[in-house]
Amino acid sequence: MNETIRELLGRVGGLPVPVTELTDEADLYAAGLSSFASVQVMLAIEEAFDIEFPDSLLNRKSFASIKAIEETVAQIIKSREAA
Amino acid sequence: MSLAALATDNTLATRAQRVAAVAAEFSDNVDAEGRFPKEAVDAMKAERLLGIQVPAAHGGESASLLEIAEVCSIIGQACASSAMIFAMHHIKLSSLVEHGEESQWHLGFMQEVAGRQLLLGSATTEGGIGGNLRNSICAIEIDGDTCRLTKDATVISYGAQADAILITSRANADAAPSDQVMTVFRKGQYTLEQTHVWDTLGMRGTCSDGFLFKGEAPAEQVFQKPFAEIAAQSMLATCHLLWSGVWFGIAADAVSRAQSFVRAAARKSAGQVPPGALHLAEASNLLQLVKSNLLSGIRTYEDAKADGEKLSSMSFAIAMNNIKIASSQRILDIINKAMLICGIMGYKNGTPYSLGRHLRDAHSAQLMISNDRILANSSTMLLVQKPDFSLLG
Repeated sequence: MNETIRELLGRVGGLPVPVTELTDEADLYAAGLSSFASVQVMLAIEEAFDIEFPDSLLNRKSFASIKAIEETVAQIIKSREAA
Repeated sequence: MSLAALATDNTLATRAQRVAAVAAEFSDNVDAEGRFPKEAVDAMKAERLLGIQVPAAHGGESASLLEIAEVCSIIGQACASSAMIFAMHHIKLSSLVEHGEESQWHLGFMQEVAGRQLLLGSATTEGGIGGNLRNSICAIEIDGDTCRLTKDATVISYGAQADAILITSRANADAAPSDQVMTVFRKGQYTLEQTHVWDTLGMRGTCSDGFLFKGEAPAEQVFQKPFAEIAAQSMLATCHLLWSGVWFGIAADAVSRAQSFVRAAARKSAGQVPPGALHLAEASNLLQLVKSNLLSGIRTYEDAKADGEKLSSMSFAIAMNNIKIASSQRILDIINKAMLICGIMGYKNGTPYSLGRHLRDAHSAQLMISNDRILANSSTMLLVQKPDFSLLG
């Protein structure tokens, strides 16, 4: 999942630095992720993992780092499996 | 509302009415000369309205956003420029009140704002960023305990009269354009070299000239919270809500003038109403929509404040954007209807029914953070946001 997220982030995140230079914990907003680009990343992730972000997870915190995105996606997949 | 709270509310309204009386007296002159409404702002200070938002424990009155919006509206019915200055001051103050408590310096400064009735200005606009306040070109330089900043601030409303300026910049020389911080600079810690003159269609008294800002201050005056969070969690919402309070005030006064016109005409002709009278009913209807929209927005903000997650959610941002779009557009329709009612007496300056200043001031509403930019921002969020159509919120 980490690889896919990194690949999408590199493709649509519009970051001024290569994704390979970012740690999983790096603050993506400080790295230059704009709010517009974060929506593009969300859309790409919804498509790639066949999920939908509930409104409660559509906030800055969920997309603050690669690790945060991973946790958010994992949480959605888990709650879907439980349902 | 409890009786005690109602009594406080009345007091605040009365104080605001006294300021409005002063503002009304000078509003035409302020508009004609494009000068700072000194008399009205002095009256705000004398009535101690500049600190009402500060928690009572820190020397203020813990006024709610609804109460502050009401003051914006009351003053806005008299002089939109004065009301906008009051609103912008409180938008800046909200950053201190909502985010300043974790820093001793900001806490102390907040107390001083209330104690000494300091007027806060804002410098978020910069030459070259294309009007997007979430981007900066300039960067703050932290050198030991000192911070320095130079900014080509194309707009600083009442910059020359403010007692302090809250200014945005990149967090450091290597930071991305959206990685911003906000810093408080007090008068005496900066110089302003005027670069643009505010000679505009309306809102002429806000004196929103452009300046080259150069400041140096202790580094502790930088807000610890990133500006992105300040903007999302308090600034944009209070902007849209308090501006809407001012705009509602402008439209309300236009409707009040139109109503006086119709009433006077009906009295003169034994109940025969002038041909434009139907528009009065329509204007009243639209005014009610603007009011309901604003009130529901304030309630949404108060609810979200109790829940940090909600405050930074997309649905909240879209709701606040919608309030701004709706009130800025509707007030123009309302004032236009008032103009149709008052006819030439509304079109002329210097009559009890004059609406020229209202119309000119109101035209700023769609441009202060351009509605096109806000719609584009909302339409991006709507790509992923999931709708919630429940009436229960």
